[in-house]
Amino acid sequence: MKATALEKIQAALPGAACQMALEAVVVEVRPEELAGTLTRLKEDPACNCGMLLDVTAIDYLDYPHPPPQAARFQVVHTLRNWQDNLLVQVRTPVADPDVGLTTATGLWDSANWGEREVFDQYGIRFQGHPDLRRILNHWQFEGHPLRKDYPIDRRQICTETDSLEKEIRARLAEKGVDDATLKDINTEVMFLNLGPSHPATHGAIRILAALDGETILANVNEIGYLHRGFEKTAEQRTYNQIVPLTDRLNYCSSMLNNIAYVKAVESWLGVEITERARFMRVVLSEFYRVLDHLVCCAAFMVDIGGLTNYWYLYNEKEDAYDFISRLTGARLTSSFTRIGGMYRDFYDGWQSDLESHLRAIEKGISDALKLVATNRIFHDRTQGVCIMPAAAALSYGFTGPNLRASGVPFDLRKDAPYYGYEAFDFTVPVGSTGDVYDRMMVRFEEMAQSISIIRQAIRHIPEGPVNVADPQVSLPPKEAVYNSIEGLANHFKLVFEGVKTPPGQWYDSYEAANGELGFHFVSDGSGRPYKLKVRPPCFYTMGGFHKMVEGSMIADAIINLSCINIIGGELDR
Amino acid sequence: MALGLEATLGDTVITTKLDAIINWGRQYSLWPYVFGTACCAIEFMSAAASQHDVSRFGAEVVRFSPRQADLMLVCGTISYKQAPILKRIYEQIAYPKWVVAMGACASSGGIYDNYCTVQGIDTIIPVDIYISGCPPRPEAILDALIKIQEQIKGESVLQERHKEYRGILD
Repeated sequence: MKATALEKIQAALPGAACQMALEAVVVEVRPEELAGTLTRLKEDPACNCGMLLDVTAIDYLDYPHPPPQAARFQVVHTLRNWQDNLLVQVRTPVADPDVGLTTATGLWDSANWGEREVFDQYGIRFQGHPDLRRILNHWQFEGHPLRKDYPIDRRQICTETDSLEKEIRARLAEKGVDDATLKDINTEVMFLNLGPSHPATHGAIRILAALDGETILANVNEIGYLHRGFEKTAEQRTYNQIVPLTDRLNYCSSMLNNIAYVKAVESWLGVEITERARFMRVVLSEFYRVLDHLVCCAAFMVDIGGLTNYWYLYNEKEDAYDFISRLTGARLTSSFTRIGGMYRDFYDGWQSDLESHLRAIEKGISDALKLVATNRIFHDRTQGVCIMPAAAALSYGFTGPNLRASGVPFDLRKDAPYYGYEAFDFTVPVGSTGDVYDRMMVRFEEMAQSISIIRQAIRHIPEGPVNVADPQVSLPPKEAVYNSIEGLANHFKLVFEGVKTPPGQWYDSYEAANGELGFHFVSDGSGRPYKLKVRPPCFYTMGGFHKMVEGSMIADAIINLSCINIIGGELDR
Repeated sequence: MALGLEATLGDTVITTKLDAIINWGRQYSLWPYVFGTACCAIEFMSAAASQHDVSRFGAEVVRFSPRQADLMLVCGTISYKQAPILKRIYEQIAYPKWVVAMGACASSGGIYDNYCTVQGIDTIIPVDIYISGCPPRPEAILDALIKIQEQIKGESVLQERHKEYRGILD
C-alpha cells in the first residue's frame, strides 16, 4: 500500500525526489517548480489531491544538526486525495522570505487562510496571493513570532481594532457591487459588525457583513482574538508537557485532542500501545465526540430559539462530567493521555457508569429530536439554508461533519483506520445538500453511531496494562522509582528531558469531533519538539464561512455559525 | 421602643441607611455580562445550567449588552488583539459595575506566558474578584458571586470605585 502510494506520486512527478514519512509521501521541490508540482498533484488523475489540508513553514535558524537544506525557511504544503487515502507533503526551501513562493490560492481556496497564517507567523510572502495580511496576530504587531529569533515574551500592545473597511469593499467589488452602486441614492448598503464579543459568535470571532436589507451581500471575517501562542509555547515544553496544552485546543472535546496528539508522537517513535489502551482510546474518543456534538447541537438550538432542547442536551453533558471527573480528576481539561499509553486505567465499575450516561444521552437526544425532527418551523428554518456544495467544501479544506453534510463520505476512521476502527460496525452519515439542516442532522446521527461503537468496545475491551513497558517512553512504576537507582534515574530523565524522538519531520492526523485534526512536527532529536503545528479543522471551515452566508439572511448566518461548531481554542490556537 | 421618625409613624415605615437598602438591591440582582472567550466560558455554561443554577443567587439575567449589565465576568484568555475590545466593553457598562476575572488566564495569563497573551486582565481594567482554576469549577463561580455580594454590602453609594486606576491601554 505504502509502496504503491510512493510509486504513484513518483510516476506522476518523475523529476522530484519522493520518499515516505509515516503515511505521507514527501516530495521535495525547488521554489520555481512548486506551482507546477502542486498543479500536477491536483489535476493529474493518478494523484487527484482535491484537498489542501494545511500550509506551514519551518525556520531552521536554530536547528542543532546540519539542517536538511541550505535555505533558512521551508514551506510545507500538506495535500490529501481522500478517495484513495493518499497523503502528500510538498516541501519547498525558501531562501528569501520577502520573495517567498508562488501562491496556491488558484488551486485550492484553503490556501488563502493557510498562506496568510504562514505570512503572519513566519513572514514568508506568497506571490499572487489576493489578500496577504496578518490573520492571527493583530495589525499593529511587528515581526513574526514563530521565527526562532523572535523572543517568546516580547509582547506587543494593540490599541485599536482593525476597521476591515478595505477588505469588505474589496469583497463587495468582487461580488459585483462597485462604488457607483454604493453611492447611488437608491442603494442602501449597511455594514453590520458582529463580534468579536457577541452572543451569536460563541466566542471571539468577528463577522463583518455588508447588508442589503437583511440579505448579506458580502462578508469578511476576522479571527485570532483567542490566539494564545500554542505553537511557540509548545516548542519550549517536553512532549508530555504539551498534553495539557492540547486540552485547550478544542475544549469541548479535550480528550480527543489529547489522544490525537499522543498518537502523532507515538507513530513517529514507532511505539505500539497496548491493546487495552487502544480500546480505551476508542471508547473515550467516541464518548468525547458525543459530548462535543451535544454542546454544538445544544448551542445551535438556543440560537434557533429552542431553549428547551438546550436543557435536554446540555444537562446530559453536565451529568457526564461525573464520569469524567471520577476518571480523570478534572471536568473539562482531562490531560488523560501519556505518550505510550494513558494516565491510568478505568476505575472499577466504569462500564455501568458509562452505560447509564449513554442511556441518559440517548434519552436527551431523543427528547430534543422529538421537538424538531418533524417540526415544520425547524425544517423551514434550516433546510436549503447556507448551502455548501461538495466541491467548494473540499476546496476550502472542510473535514469532519461539515464536509460529510455536503455529501462527501470522508472519515479518517473509515478511510485511514487506526486503533482497529476497521473492526467496528458503524456507518458514516452523509448529508444530501450541505445545508444547515444536514450539518445538524449529520451530528445527531454521528452521536448514535459513536454510542454504538462505545458499546461494541465495552464488550470487547481486553484486560492488561495501559502503558507500554518501554523505559524510553513510559514512566517506571512508582515502586521502582522509590526503591532502585535505575528507576529513579529513568524517571528523572523522562521528566526533565522528555521522551526523545528521532530527528525528522512528520504529519499525523486523527478524526476529531470537528474533522481532521493534524499535528505537524519537526524534531531535532531532543525531548522537545523543534516545531509543532496544529492543523485545526475549524480554521479551514471558518475560511469558507463567507461562501456559505453570502446571499443568505443575517439570521441564517448566525445559525450557520453555530452549526459549523467553531471553537476558538482550536481556531486561533 | 422606636425613636425619631419611627416613633411618630409607628409600624408603617422602616428606616434604614441609603447604603444598606441600595446595596441590598444590588447584591441580589446582579446582571452578568459574560465576556466569554475560551474554555472558561464552557464552565460558565455549566454554572448557568440546571445543576448549578446561578439564578439561586439572583444573577441569572445574563445580558449580552454591556448597557444592561453590571457584573462583568471575563471567562477566558485575553490576547492583546482582544484587549482594546475588553476595555471598550468595560467602559460601556454603566456604574456601578464589578469585574470578575475567571480562571488562570484572565487572572494572570495562566499557562500562556508568551507574545500574544495579556498577563492578567487587571493590566487593562480594574478587577474585583479573581477565581483560580484552569478552568474553575462552577462552584467556584458561585463562590465568586457570593464574594461580590459581600463586597457590595460593604460599599457606599457615595464612593466612586477604581477612580485612580490606570491600565496599559489608558
